[in-house]
Amino acid sequence: MKQLLTGNEAAAEAAIQAGCRYYYGYPITPQNELINYMAIRMPQVGGTFIQAESEIAAINMVYGSAAAGGRAMTSSSSPGISLKQEAISYLAGSELPCVIVNIQRGGPGLGDISASQADYFQAVKGGGHGDYHLIVLAPSSVQEMADLVYDAFDLADKHRNPVMILGDAQIGQLMEPMEFSKKPREVFPLKDWALTGAEGRKRNVIKSFYPIKGQLEEFNAHLQKKYRTIREHEVRYEAINIHGADIVLVAYGTSARICKEVVKKSHQSEFKVGLIRPITLWPFPEQVIKTMSERVQCILTVEMSAGQMVEDVRLAVEGKCPVHFYGRTGGGVPTSLEIMRKIAEVVPSNLIDKVNRILPLVEVK
Amino acid sequence: MQSLYKKPKTLIDTPTHFCPGCGHGIVLRLIAEIIDAWNIRGRTIGLAPVGCAVLAYNYLDIDMCEAAHGRPPAVATGIKRVHPDHMVFAYQGDGDLAAIGTAEIIHAANRGENITFIFVNNAVYGMTNGQMAPTTLLGQKTITTPSGREPLNYGHPIRICELLAVLDGSSYLERVSISSPENIRKTKKALEKGFKTQREKKGFSLIEILSPCPIYWRMDANESMRYIDEEMTRTFPLGVVKDWEHKN
Ligand SMILES: Cc1ncc(C[n+]2csc(CCOP(=O)(O)OP(=O)(O)O)c2C)c(N)n1
Ligand code: SF4
Ligand SMILES: [Mg+2]
Repeated sequence: MKQLLTGNEAAAEAAIQAGCRYYYGYPITPQNELINYMAIRMPQVGGTFIQAESEIAAINMVYGSAAAGGRAMTSSSSPGISLKQEAISYLAGSELPCVIVNIQRGGPGLGDISASQADYFQAVKGGGHGDYHLIVLAPSSVQEMADLVYDAFDLADKHRNPVMILGDAQIGQLMEPMEFSKKPREVFPLKDWALTGAEGRKRNVIKSFYPIKGQLEEFNAHLQKKYRTIREHEVRYEAINIHGADIVLVAYGTSARICKEVVKKSHQSEFKVGLIRPITLWPFPEQVIKTMSERVQCILTVEMSAGQMVEDVRLAVEGKCPVHFYGRTGGGVPTSLEIMRKIAEVVPSNLIDKVNRILPLVEVK
Repeated sequence: MQSLYKKPKTLIDTPTHFCPGCGHGIVLRLIAEIIDAWNIRGRTIGLAPVGCAVLAYNYLDIDMCEAAHGRPPAVATGIKRVHPDHMVFAYQGDGDLAAIGTAEIIHAANRGENITFIFVNNAVYGMTNGQMAPTTLLGQKTITTPSGREPLNYGHPIRICELLAVLDGSSYLERVSISSPENIRKTKKALEKGFKTQREKKGFSLIEILSPCPIYWRMDANESMRYIDEEMTRTFPLGVVKDWEHKN
């Protein structure tokens, strides 16, 4: 059954469907619909909802419930996610599964409350201290928000790793028809490591402290091995018209929605625009980008930031073709016309005529 | 032969990392004795702090959890919500509970979390070389108050029990010390009362324990105990501060 929901509400309900029964949050725009929804919904399913005293407390409550074996979630927006970073590092260091939703807003500082993708570095490069990775999922529609939040809990349990949903104010507050197509989760993976009371077994200890020389390096080696497995098996992306494309755009989330418009418009002309939309930002779909870069004349990365994911695109491409960037910051959202103009600016001279022919198509809209 | 004194089963037989004369070992042992006596090893979950007792999980043979510095009340809340019928306690130092984690303890108390907090007040930061704690006495010399704590720059010692007592959510608050066998027995009673508060679902309990740090007090073990009795208790008077069983 289709229903009309905001991305924030869809994320909340999907968590419930996935069996999340512990939600801890702190109000911040633009994710308020999520915490508000949970306040009503969690008691209905016998779950726990706490409006914590801070984002720090909320994420540490998640830490506790995850350590105790529950499916736990918190959500926030950029400044609040910054506050959570210490505990996120602890979660990664204690290998605790949980889901953290970041509905990004503009920064730095208090910034503003409009959509942004400027927390990419923070999400995929660590954010907190130490050598760790979150699995980072980036929805670009309300439907995908629901699907990814549901999957996030399974991925977290499967790899004993925190998962971040990296949305933005547009995806969070936008209303779209969607449906919950997956069955509510009733059976959960066994967590024999969890804190349940040591009745009839050896005690379990959840910790990230390795004071004895050599142990921490060993533990890090274990983490790195796990990350390699995740890199090999969990990459997700969407590729549209990349074969025979004159230029390929790389964009995620809200930026990718706009890039899709450009791809569609280019259908009507002889200048072909393709799109790679990373769905997992970590692990990053580097292989497909690398392979594509060997066939295409150039790549344009589009972001609502001053240029963050573009660094990972360049790392994947390893100089095989030029990688250009178009970004808007501080709540600015790229338009398809702006993207087309940027394309016209960066394509090799032999393609300029083709591009100029499709520019009017975009301009008329 | 009659055995008068033996190691509690819940206390793991291993050398501890505490300095000679430290109070942490005594408190951990009392916790182990109670877990044995109440036969609740299988239904107890403990939280270790970041501080000198960080390795508490190496000494107590129960399910245990680490928490970031100051965050045990939040982490314990998350655990307790998953296992509401388990005994959940958090062990915290004064830096952990009364400085970096002040917000977390106040709000756990305010929510009336049915959890027992064991608050070891040694008036210094032991773990990081003996800097001033929020509970450092006026005039007390520490590495960061080399001429003694004076209120103008460094503020006053914080009395946590009294602070939490004004919150409607707190149920049982008592300050004890481990300066003598008699006081240790009283401390054990207070800990039992804290566990009882939780078992009977009466809500938030906190036992503040005045405990020696001979190393950073720069005293020997005996002097430390005397210091607790003669100096510390003047700022931190012993006794029940709040008790759900005897509402005043
Ligand atoms: C975020 C953070 N800040 C600082 C520290 C360093 N640190 C470790 S223990 C500690 C103070 C411990 O003092 P207290 O809580 O009184 O415990 P004690 O060692 O005296 O038992 C500090 C500041 C840390 N581990 N994490
Ligand atoms: S530094 Fe003080 S509190 Fe820490 S172990 Fe030594 S005596 Fe105990
Ligand atoms: Mg201390």
